[in-house]
Amino acid sequence: MDPQTIIARRIAKELRPGMLVNLGIGIPTLVANYVPQGMHVFFQSENGLIGTGAPPEEGMAHPTLTDAGGRPVTALPGACTFDSAMSFGLIRGGHLDLTVLGGLQVDQTGRLANWMIPGKMVPGMGGAMDLVTGAKRVVVAMQHTAKGAPKIVKQCTLPVTSTRPVDLVVTELAVIAFRDGQATLLETAPGISPEQVAAATQAQLSVPARVPEMTL
Amino acid sequence: MRTLTLDQAVEMIPEGASLMIGGFMGVGTPERVVDEIVRQTKRDLTVIANDTAAPGRGIGKLVDAKLLRKAIVSHIGLNPETQRQMISGALEVELVPQGTLIERIRAGGHGLGGILTQTGIGTPVEDGKQRIEVDGTSYLLEVALRADFALVQAFLADYLGNLSYALTARNFNPVMAMAAGTVIASADNIVPVGVLAPDHVVTPAPVVDYLVANA
Repeated sequence: MDPQTIIARRIAKELRPGMLVNLGIGIPTLVANYVPQGMHVFFQSENGLIGTGAPPEEGMAHPTLTDAGGRPVTALPGACTFDSAMSFGLIRGGHLDLTVLGGLQVDQTGRLANWMIPGKMVPGMGGAMDLVTGAKRVVVAMQHTAKGAPKIVKQCTLPVTSTRPVDLVVTELAVIAFRDGQATLLETAPGISPEQVAAATQAQLSVPARVPEMTL
Repeated sequence: MRTLTLDQAVEMIPEGASLMIGGFMGVGTPERVVDEIVRQTKRDLTVIANDTAAPGRGIGKLVDAKLLRKAIVSHIGLNPETQRQMISGALEVELVPQGTLIERIRAGGHGLGGILTQTGIGTPVEDGKQRIEVDGTSYLLEVALRADFALVQAFLADYLGNLSYALTARNFNPVMAMAAGTVIASADNIVPVGVLAPDHVVTPAPVVDYLVANA
């Protein structure tokens, strides 16, 4: 299984019936492919849609039915649309159960940096700061390292997205929880040892005596 | 509300004007109005919008034509030309979190001086802003935004100027329609009064100053 599939399948296990969920661009979008059979989840696109469905079949795209990346989507039965003030009221106002975002760095205490690399990439934060600050639960979907360098670090060298710590980071190697300012190894990927995870992590990692393997 | 031809509507916009332009990655942007601004070469504009779309699309066309002096937006990641002009210094870009941007516009249109939000605290967004504590929680004071013109795109407009929107093309449009000195609406379809049921009107006719006639 490739890293992206491991991450997306594991995060899908965090879904519960009836949740309102916002998925970011990239690996997070893949989570929608692994919703457990028969479970109804509401997916929000922050451009103003709840009930976001899979991309339409060839030739069925509508110019005014898109996701937050501007790509054509479908609307599932029961979908609703609204303006951007409502959309961010949902996000900041404690109505969004779960957001899944990509990450550049996560520090020891769970602070996420994912919106800019000074001097290199300044795309703008879009909705990321509101999502991390406002969602009830924040899960980061990212590869464990970038070109061999750990992305879970002692301290972020990039500007953070929010001071609110994320709840969970899921990588192709591990599931790591951030509680009370501490990073704890919850699960390892199949065939990966806690020592391998620790070696690829710069942040101080609390490792319980027994670490279960991810179920995918 | 008055109905104007496309060129008349855009002739009202002076060079150096501030414009709120609806749309999200070009979806729900008044493309005909944008094309006419390019044709009439209105320079030195300040644009307030969610994003600058992409080259050749929506607000991206104004960037391509180098008509912008300043952009107040949440995202430019899908428009390399905006980033290029920003880095070269030709275009000033103020990046605002999306939820803060829409609330600043809403405040501007609803008679409020600003809003308090936790978004941006402890990040570069906080620079130069006041923190206000309410019941033990810290918030940033984010001030209201208004513009000289709002350029909005509706799905249906009736002859009075009542507007309704389609699917994800609604986004910033109805909020901006409240927050500018002059509101210019264009619509996919102009329909007789009565076609839009009262419950389906999102932007009430009295806030719309001008409707752009069909070609």
